[in-house]
Amino acid sequence: MLEFLKQPWPWYIAGPLIGLTVPALLIIGNKSFGISSSLRHICASCMPANIPFFKYDWKKEVWNLFFVFGIFLGGAIAINLLSNPNPIEVNPKLATELAGYGITNFNNLVPEDIINWQSLFTLKGFLLMVVGGFLVGFGTRYAGGCTSGHAIMGLSNLQLPSLIATICFMVGGFIMANLILPFILSL
Amino acid sequence: MQQNTDTDIQLRELDAMCVNESRLQHKWYHNLKYLAIGILFGIVFVKSEVVSWFRIQEMFRLQSFHMYGIIGSAVVVGMISVFLIKKFNIKTIYGEPIKFSPKTFNKGQIYGGLIFGFGWAMTGACPGPLFAQIGTGATVVAVTLLSAIAGTWVYGKFRDKLPH
Repeated sequence: MLEFLKQPWPWYIAGPLIGLTVPALLIIGNKSFGISSSLRHICASCMPANIPFFKYDWKKEVWNLFFVFGIFLGGAIAINLLSNPNPIEVNPKLATELAGYGITNFNNLVPEDIINWQSLFTLKGFLLMVVGGFLVGFGTRYAGGCTSGHAIMGLSNLQLPSLIATICFMVGGFIMANLILPFILSL
Repeated sequence: MQQNTDTDIQLRELDAMCVNESRLQHKWYHNLKYLAIGILFGIVFVKSEVVSWFRIQEMFRLQSFHMYGIIGSAVVVGMISVFLIKKFNIKTIYGEPIKFSPKTFNKGQIYGGLIFGFGWAMTGACPGPLFAQIGTGATVVAVTLLSAIAGTWVYGKFRDKLPH
């Protein structure tokens, strides 16, 4: 059993489990699944700075912070107790492309060759981690949700705005990964 | 007081994702059930490699079905669940009716969506996976998370000047 759990889980197991988070959160406390709001609650709790967008009773939303702290703990548990000893199997085409940028280490979920503390202080690392992170936080709030809030919760509830947002997430990702990222990775 | 709560909810409804529908007051430890769901969710995230930068790159290059299968089947299961909850008027464990907040369209979903898409392909993570990646020991991702929090803050600061 444990050996089985240590393998990477296939999509048809993981996807439905992620989908079940929607009714689970609704039934245990009327909560709409959404993760990027946690970033807003952190702003509201730590540095509201009199900005109207952050002036609300964040303590009512503290469940969301418990939830994301759980995701962090879940990550730690999965890697320590259920770790897959083999490198991540990527599409050979991607492996070839990435090797051209000096990315050859597939042992971790994040590419250690480019995402590490040393490269944080290079232009490439700064763009990928600091600028990339900023775009994630800015964009999700501007869009009013992320993959969980729009693509999963919003689409589950048949919301057209969420479909528009999800299409834009994908379009943005396709443009970045295919047209812009190659230049960043070549730096 | 009721007045205050209502404006508070209205303000947060602009953002759709932030409304706490439950009117019940609970002790803090009731939140532990969300912690538990989060832990299970984080384990699924890591074991299915949704939090892998490589899987995200494959997805945006149409080199693998994996991510499409995950998001697609998650949406189908979510849709069926929401349908059943509405159809059978299923209540929460506290007996409250379950409420859904419809989202209203604004241009932010387009501009913000594209901006988030750029960030998603760069960092290989949406907000949930950022927390999970740090948990797997990629400590430098904490910088990415802080930067995402800064991005959210800057959006809040300049919100009224941005097109919506």
